[in-house]
Amino acid sequence: MTEPNPTLRLKGIVKTFPGVRALDGVDFDVRPGEVHALMGENGAGKSTLMKILAGVYHPDEGQIFIDDRPVVIRSPIEAKEHGITLIHQELSLAEEMSVAENIFLGELPRKKWGFVDWKTLDERVGTILQKLNADWGPRTRIGSLSIAKQQMCEIARALTHSAKIVVFDEPTASLTDAEKVVLFDVIEDLKAEGVGIVYISHRMEEIFKITDRISVLRDGSYRGTLNTRETDEDEITQMMIGRSLELHRRNIEHAEEGEEVLSVEGLSCGRLFQDVSFTVKAGEIVGFYGLVGAGRTEMAETLFGLRRPTAGKIRLAGEEVHIGSPSEAIEKGISLVPENRKEQGLVLGMNCRDNITLPQIDDLTAGPFVANGAEVAIYDMYRDRLQIKAPTWRTLVGSLSGGNQQKIVIGKWLSMKPRLLIVDEPTRGIDVGSKSEIHKLLRELAHQGYAIIVVSSEMPEVLHVSDRIIAMHNGRITRTFSADAVTEEDLIQAISGLTSDKAA
Amino acid sequence: MADITATQDGSGANRFLHWIIHHPIWAFVVIVFIFFSVMNEHFFALGNFKNILIQASTLGLIALGMTLVMINGNIDLSVGAVVALAASLTVDIMGWPMFEGWGNWQILPGVLAGLAAGVLLGALNGFIVWKTGVDAFIVTLGAMLGVRGLVFVYTEEQSFFAMNFAYSDFGASSLVGLPTLALIFLVFTALVHILLSRTVHGSNTYAVGDNREAAVNAGIRVGPHMMINFMIVGFFAALAGITLSTQMGASTPNLGTNFELWVITAVVLGGTKLTGGAGSIIGTFGGVLAIQILRNGMNLMQVPAFWVLVILGSILIGVLFLDKQLNRKGAEELRL
Ligand SMILES: Nc1ncnc2c1ncn2[C@@H]1O[C@H](COP(=O)(O)OP(=O)(O)OP(=O)(O)O)[C@@H](O)[C@H]1O
Ligand SMILES: [Mg+2]
Repeated sequence: MTEPNPTLRLKGIVKTFPGVRALDGVDFDVRPGEVHALMGENGAGKSTLMKILAGVYHPDEGQIFIDDRPVVIRSPIEAKEHGITLIHQELSLAEEMSVAENIFLGELPRKKWGFVDWKTLDERVGTILQKLNADWGPRTRIGSLSIAKQQMCEIARALTHSAKIVVFDEPTASLTDAEKVVLFDVIEDLKAEGVGIVYISHRMEEIFKITDRISVLRDGSYRGTLNTRETDEDEITQMMIGRSLELHRRNIEHAEEGEEVLSVEGLSCGRLFQDVSFTVKAGEIVGFYGLVGAGRTEMAETLFGLRRPTAGKIRLAGEEVHIGSPSEAIEKGISLVPENRKEQGLVLGMNCRDNITLPQIDDLTAGPFVANGAEVAIYDMYRDRLQIKAPTWRTLVGSLSGGNQQKIVIGKWLSMKPRLLIVDEPTRGIDVGSKSEIHKLLRELAHQGYAIIVVSSEMPEVLHVSDRIIAMHNGRITRTFSADAVTEEDLIQAISGLTSDKAA
Repeated sequence: MADITATQDGSGANRFLHWIIHHPIWAFVVIVFIFFSVMNEHFFALGNFKNILIQASTLGLIALGMTLVMINGNIDLSVGAVVALAASLTVDIMGWPMFEGWGNWQILPGVLAGLAAGVLLGALNGFIVWKTGVDAFIVTLGAMLGVRGLVFVYTEEQSFFAMNFAYSDFGASSLVGLPTLALIFLVFTALVHILLSRTVHGSNTYAVGDNREAAVNAGIRVGPHMMINFMIVGFFAALAGITLSTQMGASTPNLGTNFELWVITAVVLGGTKLTGGAGSIIGTFGGVLAIQILRNGMNLMQVPAFWVLVILGSILIGVLFLDKQLNRKGAEELRL
């Protein structure tokens, strides 16, 4: 078989940041019309490599070849001129602006005199949105869309002009199945046009579904490239983390259920969700499964006092409570690990330790001062538990890799030792090794008697951690399953609203 | 920026309500207008309206440029000093002996020099902000002090008087029934409005202020872009200095003191966010009118000048509070 010449080739790329050698002589190439997966643990250097490609960072050493010609990419503009589009891991949007302006940011169609050609813009964005099955229009304010929809708008940027190379850095982290299907169609189309695609994800099933080759990075060094058809999850995991993982399909152990911690009756919030009733007992993990927009996140936010319910009752340990604000929620023993961690959960300009101990800073005092030692001890414990990769606790959270930032947020809320822990998409963007570690940790916490709500869009995850699964569709609970009795088909039916009326 | 649809209901009343919620300053303009019309017999008169527009033109011109810079997420504190510099340069240069035989054309080199000085200083501010990454507040604070000092050095603390009567009559002249200065203001307001709402540069102005990193990632040349907006505000500050000196027939080294504060107040009243990313020329125009109507009305009612300051300060806070209340998203909103 003759292989086509690669469109893009990276050779011996080295990049250091203060205190970290993020990339250490990495080779990587992409052929036209292939989907090339880039894998590695959190902090392995995947995003850094792609940012070098997109002109955001400059390599200390190494060369980039496009169509066999050496090039130097000094800025995002130059990357664009070379036909490289990077869909960033973190949302890179101007919130106050319209969807259309965001999709064409930096390349708005012009008329004479620098006027924006709104008509062409709307038409082109209209076509793209149609292709993406979007139910929102070009003139919608992008900040008013859900995270998943914003992510789809980011993805839409890959379609604005004919690129040679499109890089998707964890595009599915905040998407659910319906949108994923659309994304995969888009990738299929690009592939057919001969575009080379780099695909970064921690989700094995996606990797094996859509990619042709897989390259693995570990601690900034290149571990090799395999043909997807000739390898399996275990081999890749080995390459990534140096050991195999034993993965259970399903939660097999059940914690002893204790008293009822939370009971919710007829809870509603405007059009977001209606008439939600359920209970959570101590020692139990309840998984909320559904599509984006099903109202799960909003329900969690209401329990945490971030939204005002329009109807319904919330009881904590049998006592009716009104939760007016997050600080009241924390006082009553409720913690929320939010879905959108970068915006809602972190102070990027603060160091790792302070971020973790932030909510309990009042309790950690020695006289008028904050007790330094106690704080570091807490940080160390969660760093080990969650395998947080940061040079020291003094490192600013903003300079950690995407996945490690997530771990900091999770550590922060776990360290609160709440009665009721709500985690929204706990392993989004987290590598396989740490993912199973976080699942284990959640199970352990349940054992210790915490009541836990897990909101997740990943079926393997809900199946893996939950004792009970509640399916939601369009703001309503459709069915409740016990973890041993549920089938995947049942779940899919329940979240797409196809369910028969019988409730389990 | 594109008109973003917020209400599906297109009925007239509803659209008006929506508009007012987004520009609460205009409700305030209407209220003070009615208030002074009722309270003072001299207020509601064509002559006085023209007066208000002329008075508004100075702050207004600068506010147009400041709106762009502030939507960018920057600020320019040096505008007051640039007013004095441009006015002094213009009035001085057109009196130079070498232009003596030029008749009224002697005004031209003076005006060009004044405007060029404003644009250059703007470019310098922008360049420093771009290349050093130092906050615009600090950079232009330095420029404000430095330029004012330069004006004193240049003028040797003297006022200059315009010997050309065409120049000093210009400030009081009219065109098509409107005072020329008011007309200049209105025309530029329309132009900048179009620039901001219809052009690529305008869209990028919002994008840069909203999320600078995203703008960089998207390949917008953020540095040069910001520099252009600083040049625009420099141009307008210089123009305001020149029109002000035509009104007085002279320039003084103290001209334009505290203008930056008034201008920023007007722009913020008009709904531009200090953090950038949001604002409009329609709002800024309302903010400028609000300040000028208040000053004019209270002046007519013989309220002492310092009370005007107290009242303006309270109104600034009041309007911003109202804005926050009105632009809530209701029950479903995320609480902070
Ligand atoms: N701007 C920066 N300053 C300092 N260190 C950085 C910076 N960006 C990345 N790093 C470091 O470089 C390393 C690689 O980070 P990178 O973001 O490339 O990881 P990643 O493979 O994308 O991980 P993830 O799966 O979590 O997204 C990390 O150790 C990170 O802390
Ligand atoms: Mg990354």
